[in-house]
Amino acid sequence: MARNITYREALNEALTQEMERDPSVIVMGEDNAGGEGAPGEQDAWGGVLGVTKGLYHRFPGRVLDTPISESAFIGAAIGAATAGMRPVAELMFVDFMGVCFDQIYNQAAKFRYMFGGKAVTPVVIRTMYGAGLRAAAQHSQCLYPLFTHIPGLKVVLPATPYDAKGLLIQAIRDNDPVMFFEHKALYDLAGPVPEESYALPFGEANVVREGSDVTVVTLGRMVHVSLSAASSLAAEGVECEVIDLRTTSPLDEDTVLESVEGTGRLVVVDEAHPRCSIATDISALVAQKAFGALRAPIEMVTAPHTPVPFSNALEDLYIPDAQRVANAVKTVTGWTR
Amino acid sequence: MTDTVERKALTREQLLGAYRAMRTIREFEERVHAEFATGEIPGFVHLYAGEEASAAGVCGNLDDRDTIASTHRGHGHCIARGVDVAEMMAEIYGRRTGSCHGKGGSMHIADLSRGMLGANGIVGGGPPLICGTALAAKLKGTGGVSVAFFGDGGSNQGTTLESMNLASVWNLPAIFVAENNGYAETTSSTWSVASDNIADRAAGFGMPGVIVDGFDFFAVHEAASEAIARARSGGGPTLIEMKFTRYFGHFEGDQQTYRSDEVARARAELDCLLRFADRVVATGELGRSDLDAVDAEVALTIDQAVESAKAAPLPTEADLLTDVYVRY
Repeated sequence: MARNITYREALNEALTQEMERDPSVIVMGEDNAGGEGAPGEQDAWGGVLGVTKGLYHRFPGRVLDTPISESAFIGAAIGAATAGMRPVAELMFVDFMGVCFDQIYNQAAKFRYMFGGKAVTPVVIRTMYGAGLRAAAQHSQCLYPLFTHIPGLKVVLPATPYDAKGLLIQAIRDNDPVMFFEHKALYDLAGPVPEESYALPFGEANVVREGSDVTVVTLGRMVHVSLSAASSLAAEGVECEVIDLRTTSPLDEDTVLESVEGTGRLVVVDEAHPRCSIATDISALVAQKAFGALRAPIEMVTAPHTPVPFSNALEDLYIPDAQRVANAVKTVTGWTR
Repeated sequence: MTDTVERKALTREQLLGAYRAMRTIREFEERVHAEFATGEIPGFVHLYAGEEASAAGVCGNLDDRDTIASTHRGHGHCIARGVDVAEMMAEIYGRRTGSCHGKGGSMHIADLSRGMLGANGIVGGGPPLICGTALAAKLKGTGGVSVAFFGDGGSNQGTTLESMNLASVWNLPAIFVAENNGYAETTSSTWSVASDNIADRAAGFGMPGVIVDGFDFFAVHEAASEAIARARSGGGPTLIEMKFTRYFGHFEGDQQTYRSDEVARARAELDCLLRFADRVVATGELGRSDLDAVDAEVALTIDQAVESAKAAPLPTEADLLTDVYVRY
């Protein structure tokens, strides 16, 4: 039965249900227990995100606190995955990938191919991304395009509590390494989530709003920004079809292409930087495979090619908002040759 | 150099196994060196000759529960873990019949079924991984240990230092084996390693640090045996530093202008195979004929490995896109 819980609670429930189901599922990360064995400190935070709260005592020995040594413990999660465990490691902010990326892209992502198909590495790396908390340049980036670029990795970005639970359960059961991106501005978002366990398949985009005039392809937090724009545009008589990609690797090309075949117009909304991004990737896909259907040039709504600024005044300009999405939609609907 | 330390006796089978492993590594590497010069072997190869006692002495203490992670100089570790030499040779030739179907090459030979988590093209890539395999063994209660081999170059990587700390914090059954062959590529470890010995760093991570003559199989075996027994019984990690010399360049083709006659001296006076043979014959534990028989058997095995590798098919276009994911 579904009831309203937050994105954070949905993630916690997914972890709890999978740890109960499968003893090989373990969790590790910084501040999971506030120092195992330190009196009065245990379970202080449940990770800085609060997602693993309560798990330390519920699953003795299976929730590991770590030093701030991302290379060592992300690598350890990967090594444990090759040895029969299903570790879920928390890389606090995705910005910290810089200190452990080698273990992810040169080790986990490549084992299966490099070793001739003989390795299975079922690791999940949960990480927090995105701007909006005035956390500045080193705690606010998206970076999912970097991981999407790497063969061997799967990249998942839930936008709702329902998707957060179903996609995390799939990530844990999946036999490939999965990068699981949680937007820091979505943790308190509430929505209907079934109590029972369920897995959502990767590579299946979600058409979150149907419309015939413009296809809006988006992901993560930008799904909500795009829906807000679509709602105000509908009042003006413009119907947007909003597609939440849910996973960027694998990518559901068919849903995007079928929609553009119907609408003839594409706007891509991506919180990441504009170059070599999901926005450019989707634009290239449509330009290559649905060129004949296009009735207007593709529009991209992205962050600018700058680091994420600190000041409220600047960060609000940096993050794509519903007005910019609406403007882009009007550009493509108003375009004439 | 003579061995004066009294050590635990090894069985005849153990001694023959150790000698066979070291001789196989030597023969394999000498042959790859010769074949590489003909131009038939693609890419980069980094040879382990001279360091055989380390792989054989450490891995001689391991069993099916255990896992190792290796380096770009990984052939010796593979052989000491029992990876099939014909498949290894085919891999080095880029053949479809290779250990990794020609998709890995010399720097990525792996056989997880034999607890060999791969040679590794990234210096310092292995230590974090073996923290994970050691954690898995600990959580499952298998009694297994995990060993990370790395070089003097790898000893300066943050991954290695972080992993030693994590292994102590988590009290993991992990062994860190620093193979100090004197040079990281062309740069002397007397310059690049700021402490007098790599093993000295163990104190900073709350674990024992041991320095071993890496040319002496028996010294290696003894040190590894003690560390592994401690790890298996819950006593935590150990750092072991092997001091020795590699006989070939950093990679095949390296002109080695950075060093002089140390290899000739090591081959003549320190060589692990010569010393092993002299010792076991002197003590009467094995006869010269026993060793000669192993030599002949190994020479044949390597001949056949090269012959079959050269005759083996290359991967095809169909192989290019497979094995990226389990399911995508």
